[in-house]
Amino acid sequence: MRATAGATWDQTRSEISRNALSIGVAVATYGVSFGALGTTTGLSVLQTCALSILMFTGGSQFALVSTIASGGSGFSAAMAAILLGTRNTAYSMRMTPILKAKGAKRLLASHWTIDESTAMGLAQDETTFEGKASRFAFWSTGLSVFVLWNLATLIGALAANSIGDPKALGLDAAISAGLFALVYPQIKNKGQLVVALGGALVALSLASFVMPGIPIIASSIVAFIAGYIFTNRPSGEKI
Amino acid sequence: MSALWITVLGASLGCYILKLIGVVIPKSFLEKPLVFEITHLLPIALLSAIVAIQTLGNGQGLLLDARLPALGASLIALRLKAPFIAVVLVAAIVAALLRYFGLAA
Repeated sequence: MRATAGATWDQTRSEISRNALSIGVAVATYGVSFGALGTTTGLSVLQTCALSILMFTGGSQFALVSTIASGGSGFSAAMAAILLGTRNTAYSMRMTPILKAKGAKRLLASHWTIDESTAMGLAQDETTFEGKASRFAFWSTGLSVFVLWNLATLIGALAANSIGDPKALGLDAAISAGLFALVYPQIKNKGQLVVALGGALVALSLASFVMPGIPIIASSIVAFIAGYIFTNRPSGEKI
Repeated sequence: MSALWITVLGASLGCYILKLIGVVIPKSFLEKPLVFEITHLLPIALLSAIVAIQTLGNGQGLLLDARLPALGASLIALRLKAPFIAVVLVAAIVAALLRYFGLAA
């Protein structure tokens, strides 16, 4: 979510830090469910934790574990995870010019390029403090989510059978609202609104017919078509 | 090494390589007008799709339950310029209350 306009750097930084921490906490509730799902599916605690540390992209992790849980082969489970991971390629293409990271920092930035860190980075105005706000939002969210996601996975994996129903606390709705709050400030004109609604519509219309995860990847078609149309529009014309 | 470990490590490596591909693509390519436009729109389409599926998805299918009214409440909070944590809490509280009183699944 966008930091307040006209604030000083210190105010902006603490506002972003608070938001990054809230995202980490919201995601952690999800991480506990992932950890529990991992060990109840038959992965060891170490394997479940290895996924959160090394793969570190929630959608792909859930895809891998649920494919195995539903009796799929290791190969199809890995393919489902990798297919879902393709959206991170799009995210890192978008974030690289903003982050301007070099060397080892660049390798870490890649590892931490996920839905939440990208969305937080892009939710800031790229020109605020010469891009410092966007970069700080990405790194602080990456750190907060990485630490809390892994901690939550471990707790979930160890305590698989003694965890209450996260739905009773509305945690599933909290995840939707958290991501919604991150994409909302990125929609600044009608063209972007059309892409957002189009992406949602494509995903929802496919949801009943294809394997979970595919509808999200398929929504990218909307960005390709809209990108083509917007680029070939007479210059300066905005819808 | 067990087959399960090969799956875990192989898929993790694959996912990391996908993240890395986006980093090594040359700047000149990313600055082409069409590529620039598409890379700016992709996160919006993908994240919106995730919000939609997270709100209405149910395995391989859709389910209308407490999550949609909760998202509606978070939209109101966003329009009122509420801070991030308030937007998230409003949604969680609405969903939890609807379920507690048996008004929604």
